[in-house]
Amino acid sequence: MADFLILALLAGLGVAIVSGPLGAFVVWRRLAYFGDTLAHSALLGIAAGLWLQVAPGPMVIVVCLVIALLLLALGRQQSLASDTLLGILSHSSLALGLVAMSLIPGARVNLEALLFGDLLAVTTTETIAIWLASGLVLALVYWLWTPLLAITVHEDLARVEGVRVGLVKTVQMLLLALVIAIGMKVVGVLLITSLLVIPAATARRFATRPEHMAIFGSLVGSVAVCLGIAASWWWDTPMGPTIVLACGLLFIAALTRRQRG
Amino acid sequence: MSNLVSVRNLYLGFAGRTVLEDVSLDLEAGQILTLIGPNGAGKTSLVRVILGLQKPGSGTLRFSHRLRVGYMPQKLHIDATLPLSVAGFLALADRNPQRGRDALERVEIPHLLHQPVTSLSGGETQRVLLARALLRQPELLVLDEPVQGVDITGQEALYRLITRIRNETGCAILMVSHDLHLVMAATDRVICLNRHVCCQGTPEIVSVDPAYTELFGVRTALYTHHHDHEHSLHGKVTSGSDTCGGHHHG
Repeated sequence: MADFLILALLAGLGVAIVSGPLGAFVVWRRLAYFGDTLAHSALLGIAAGLWLQVAPGPMVIVVCLVIALLLLALGRQQSLASDTLLGILSHSSLALGLVAMSLIPGARVNLEALLFGDLLAVTTTETIAIWLASGLVLALVYWLWTPLLAITVHEDLARVEGVRVGLVKTVQMLLLALVIAIGMKVVGVLLITSLLVIPAATARRFATRPEHMAIFGSLVGSVAVCLGIAASWWWDTPMGPTIVLACGLLFIAALTRRQRG
Repeated sequence: MSNLVSVRNLYLGFAGRTVLEDVSLDLEAGQILTLIGPNGAGKTSLVRVILGLQKPGSGTLRFSHRLRVGYMPQKLHIDATLPLSVAGFLALADRNPQRGRDALERVEIPHLLHQPVTSLSGGETQRVLLARALLRQPELLVLDEPVQGVDITGQEALYRLITRIRNETGCAILMVSHDLHLVMAATDRVICLNRHVCCQGTPEIVSVDPAYTELFGVRTALYTHHHDHEHSLHGKVTSGSDTCGGHHHG
């Protein structure tokens, strides 16, 4: 097998493994639209990186985190329904990112790669960065599993029981930002939430415990990455969208099974 | 006896609307205190201030020492996509499975250990929430509308259980209810709240207080247990005379 295919596979798997546990929280806390908004704002991060001439990866994380914390603060206002608010911010930030990028003089940007991923162009350094980020995310999720789950179930109850809710929520946003930053390379900003939501939703049908849903989600995501890369190689289709399609097909296949628990 | 919790001259407002006005109350160790009042009277807000979930506008809040607090929230919304069993839910407060089983035993639902939380009935959910609060071995138990979504027979049973827990553990209980009717038999003191404290005292005193009758009308007579049987959690009819002895005030 060609080297670039092995790299693509490794990078894809690095993202798929974290998408399980993080995707589970996105599904349980109904953060799908929220994730979409963050992903769209990642484009703004790229533009900022180009503008300031710093590495786009860390810039994406910073911008996503800032937007996430802003959204958390705005969410407490309750003057607009949260889906309306997200709808406004999601598309405004996408539009702003696109406009900002066109304004940067001399910038040569492959927009399609940013929007839909470009797994075949992934470098060794990027693959290592993906695995480092993914290892950090997994370690944090493992370490904070109980408080993360406790605030998902009932925030006030968790707070009375001594969980530092604000801190845990901020860490969760940081985790989401990290996953979006590494997932961009694989499926791009427009498709990244699907990689969070679909494997977790597929795993739900087999899981009777939250931990199982997280692990099964990683497995489903990994299978989808393998299938997607193979299919895209075989039929010469774009790799990111093919991986997402593989996720979707696995979800449909899982629908035939009766849900447990 | 010294006060476990002392609240003095508490004010709280949201967006220009006064929610609590000059509220003071004391809670003694081992006492059951019930807050009653109409919807929007600020009962839940007061409880949230005492729990530290809400900062008061002004006023003081004093505890005798660092209390272990068990909290039973009003509702539990768990997304159906979260596959969480009762055991898993309890493990969030205490990872020791034996203590989780013991807590379920105390709220009389040991058979629900492996049930998904989302499949529980209203009464079962309230008991599971109570079990989780008990896992903290609380000195103060805060119950926000503990019988919400429970049918009348279940409400009586739940109030009896709450009284028994106080008798067994000696913890103080602060409870919210919007109805004095059923809670009467289970409480030592009542505070009638409508943004400010309207009246307070034993249930017998409060129920004849003009401030109380003005808020609730005279429909509420002291509740008396007048049934000759009761239903267990499985729906089976069990004899009530021995578990309900001593409750015939009527």
